[in-house]
Amino acid sequence: MLDIKDLKVHFDTSKPLKRKTIVKAVNGVNLSLAKGDALGLVGESGSGKSTIGKAILHLVPITNGSIKIDGFETNPLSRKIERELRRRAQMIFQDPHSALNPRLPVLRSVAEPLVLHTDLRGSELRTKVAELLETVGLPSQFLYRYPHELSGGQKQRVCIARAIALNPDLLILDEPTSALDVSVQAQILEFLKELQIKFSLSFLFISHDLSVIRHLCNRVAVMYLGEIVEEGLTTDIFHSPKHPYTQALLNAVPFPQAEQPDREAPLTGDIPSPVDLPIGCNFSTRCPKMMKGTCETTSPILSELSKTRKVACHLHS
Amino acid sequence: MTDQPLLSIRDFSLDFDTFDGVYHAIDDVNIDLHTGEALGIVGETGCGKSVTAKSILQLLPSPPARVTSGEIWLDGENFLTLDAKSIQKKRGIDVSMIFQDPMTYLNPVFTIGQQLVDVILAHQRLKPVGNRINKAAAKTRAMELLERVRLPNPERQFDSYPHELSGGMRQRILIAQALSGHPKILIADEPTTALDVTIQAQILDLIKDLINELGLSVVLITHDLGVVASICTRVVIMYAGQVVEDASVNEIFDNPKHPYTKGLLAAVPHPTQRASTLTGIPGNLPNLLDPPSGCRFRERCPLVREKCSERPRWTTLSDYHGIACWEFSESKHA
Repeated sequence: MLDIKDLKVHFDTSKPLKRKTIVKAVNGVNLSLAKGDALGLVGESGSGKSTIGKAILHLVPITNGSIKIDGFETNPLSRKIERELRRRAQMIFQDPHSALNPRLPVLRSVAEPLVLHTDLRGSELRTKVAELLETVGLPSQFLYRYPHELSGGQKQRVCIARAIALNPDLLILDEPTSALDVSVQAQILEFLKELQIKFSLSFLFISHDLSVIRHLCNRVAVMYLGEIVEEGLTTDIFHSPKHPYTQALLNAVPFPQAEQPDREAPLTGDIPSPVDLPIGCNFSTRCPKMMKGTCETTSPILSELSKTRKVACHLHS
Repeated sequence: MTDQPLLSIRDFSLDFDTFDGVYHAIDDVNIDLHTGEALGIVGETGCGKSVTAKSILQLLPSPPARVTSGEIWLDGENFLTLDAKSIQKKRGIDVSMIFQDPMTYLNPVFTIGQQLVDVILAHQRLKPVGNRINKAAAKTRAMELLERVRLPNPERQFDSYPHELSGGMRQRILIAQALSGHPKILIADEPTTALDVTIQAQILDLIKDLINELGLSVVLITHDLGVVASICTRVVIMYAGQVVEDASVNEIFDNPKHPYTKGLLAAVPHPTQRASTLTGIPGNLPNLLDPPSGCRFRERCPLVREKCSERPRWTTLSDYHGIACWEFSESKHA
């Protein structure tokens, strides 16, 4: 249902009279998502995972590539296409507080997409909004409350209500729970899981938290410096990670249990700047399994290991 | 435990005076830290974990903060009664602190080398004249510290400005500063929350090594049970300004007793075992402007009973396990 081909998002950050600097936030990404799928997109900060989410909704200018939703091409964007796109795909952001207008009561915020896209008005509109709030587990007293009167979890529920108001096919969730406490996060994650089944939604779930992805998604794509390095079913990725970066990520997650597993030494160094990408494999500067001569010179391509598994690494090609 | 604790927080309560009334942030907290121990203080937003830690060094501005009762003992001195001048002499020497966002604590217009040397020289003023070191020696010492915290290329980075470093490197600088006065205790307030997991693993490794090599005692404040499990030996769980459970890491994860601790553990997704469902804790934090009497968790507690409107007695279940919950004190003392 979602099909992304060779997506590139480059930002020109050059300053006047200085060397040209181009941030290659997303650099040639292919992704597809079937109906009812939940795809987790993981990576460290600066890997370009949020940029992909925003690019799908054209919230950032796209440099190159094709994004199809149900076979319907959205790049280049026109007024008409944008309207259709917004009805089919919606986004939920990390910080629900800044995603809600502080001067609008919940009713007005949630009603906005309905006013723009449907003919519902007056009491019908209010009933519909009350229904939506009920779906996300908020009683109808919340209709006239303002964002500052709500807790973080309640605000995120309001954002979810607004996002599902038009029955979209695709929901892009950009770190929806990382601003919340764990006990609230658990409630929201469980609720999202129910929601996905109930409305057979497709999820693109962006997160840096592997445990959360593991819990909610059936497929995972791991990103590093604007490229997908490994993709596969959640169980496969977590049980037998193939790419050294995926292995390092999983190795670095602390376990909430008394017995700590034996770990390999953590990765050294930091993620390189997306302005000066390394020559060869992007990960070669930090990779513990770097092969001299190959990895520093040629960049690996994402190739299929099996029907459901893709990896971009010279070790596996 | 029988040996004398290094740091002892006794019956500590603290209020904030706000325009809306008195905010009862900390209510009768008791925490001990032993030498060489890594103690984790865990809780959700607003549970008072940072406030407790900052109070040790009197880092909270007063007003609005007001200590209403309690004592904080270290080396035979009650830190809460020290005046501003005396407590300043303790900061960085007896107890050091590192914070969540290292950029906020570094001055953007000075090089990191300069800032580290400044801290070392500031400590010299507290020493007798003969023992002080000069600027050149301070620079050597700074270099040693940068190597100790495993900053890559210390010679080159010495003249860098904070904005040229990554988050993980900045946190290493903060740790170097914190170590420069040879403190006995390092308080780390969410030191890895702003970092990526691979960088978090590096910093946690570093803190672990410092505990082993320098015999440092560490108080680690965090909301992340995974982080606690990977470096702490003992855990204090706080809720709404009260300590609800205090136990060894093994006990907390394998044998949690307090309903809040159990709730927290059930809410955390595990990276390898896929639980069928996560259970959140229903309800919200109580408003601490007007906290419920007795156990502050009682409005969300599945085991609530009449008795809970009284403050639960602290009950010791074993040498490594204490708890504040009527469920356990009743069965034992009734």
